[in-house]
Amino acid sequence: MSTDAPIVIVGSGLSGYTLAKEIRKQDTNTPIVMVTADDGFSYSKPMLSTGFTKGKEADELAQASADAMVEQLNLELRTYTTVTGIDPDAHELVLGDERLVYSKLVLAWGADVIRLSIAGDGQEHVFSINDLVDYRAFRNALKGKKRVAIMGAGLIGCEFANDLRNGDYEVDVIAPSDTLMPGLLPSPAAEAVRSGLEDLGVRFHLETVVEHIADSGKGVELTLANGEKLDADLVISAVGLRPRTELAAAAGLETSRGIVVNRALETSAPDIYALGDCAEVDGHVLLYVMPLMTCARALAKTLAGERTEVKYGTMPVMIKTPCCPTAVCPPPPEAPGSWEVDAEGQDVRALFRGDSGDVLGFAVTGRYAVEKQALSKEVPPIHD
Amino acid sequence: MKKWQCVVCGFIYDEAEGWPDDGIAPGTAWEDVPEDWECPDCGVGKEDFEMIEIG
Repeated sequence: MSTDAPIVIVGSGLSGYTLAKEIRKQDTNTPIVMVTADDGFSYSKPMLSTGFTKGKEADELAQASADAMVEQLNLELRTYTTVTGIDPDAHELVLGDERLVYSKLVLAWGADVIRLSIAGDGQEHVFSINDLVDYRAFRNALKGKKRVAIMGAGLIGCEFANDLRNGDYEVDVIAPSDTLMPGLLPSPAAEAVRSGLEDLGVRFHLETVVEHIADSGKGVELTLANGEKLDADLVISAVGLRPRTELAAAAGLETSRGIVVNRALETSAPDIYALGDCAEVDGHVLLYVMPLMTCARALAKTLAGERTEVKYGTMPVMIKTPCCPTAVCPPPPEAPGSWEVDAEGQDVRALFRGDSGDVLGFAVTGRYAVEKQALSKEVPPIHD
Repeated sequence: MKKWQCVVCGFIYDEAEGWPDDGIAPGTAWEDVPEDWECPDCGVGKEDFEMIEIG
């Protein structure tokens, strides 16, 4: 390997660009090559849940074009380029017939949406939204339409339900769970969000799934497992994300739920790092903004020669349901303790207390949402 | 008076308006906003805000 070889970053999402920015804060010279399957627009994925609320089209949510980023960050950007393999021994990234030598390689290629296999001939009306390119296609398809069905009542399903209602679309949400955002929100908080969304006009069909999607000529007809039939113009599939691990595993890197890295973001192969939605950092898979920003800062220092371990603080998640503002900081999985709930309509303050009485997690909605910062200070950080 | 934008989510802090929800009075300059203040929309810190042109 040549010592002149560039740092290669795979992925132009929030992780890739934030890392490049952090590197450039301290080092303006080391060559950086960014490889992306995308068009290289810089945008922040959380903003895709706010298009109608903020009154913005897909391209207005983008913060900078690829050209502007190349100039701002002094990097070489390879757009519409698909990585086909990694050769860790040769320090080469494989791009089809081409090989790109790296000094350090950073995997920031994100997560894939989970796609359900559902019967019926209406599949072309089903959209998954995981990046700006997807969002643009969705917004184009939505022009002149009125009625959207969302499969999935997780964070993204709920955020999109709120945003589409703010854009005056009719919204039906179908999900197998009996509450919203199970696994993220304790049920009293989930009920508050549900009540807020219902007041806004969102219709929920819980404890059932879509079994069949038929092309109805002008849209789709959905058949649910409970026998119900629904008409919609188009369908959003928001049933979850899975970190992209296949290419890393094929190259012999250790993977589990994500690409396994330690707190220095080092994979099991020398000079290869991972961060963001594809990474499992010290056992944590956190597909949110704050963890990746923290990782980008630590990794930029490491790449500059000062090996730095990431230190996760508390990681509250803001849920963009303006009809019922919500913040949650889930307690550590399987931590002993119980929820203490103070609820009045859509205003809920739920504190998870450990056996010693300490607050280990919380969920706040409605007027209590403003307490998130104060509560975040009470919760012990992930890393001491 | 200046405006500062969160680079992550686009939230705008307007010095003229402050952010009373978090006890930051109208007219509070950016440098006087507490260092541990976080973006109300997405939770990132002050360092992830950039100054923008006054609209």
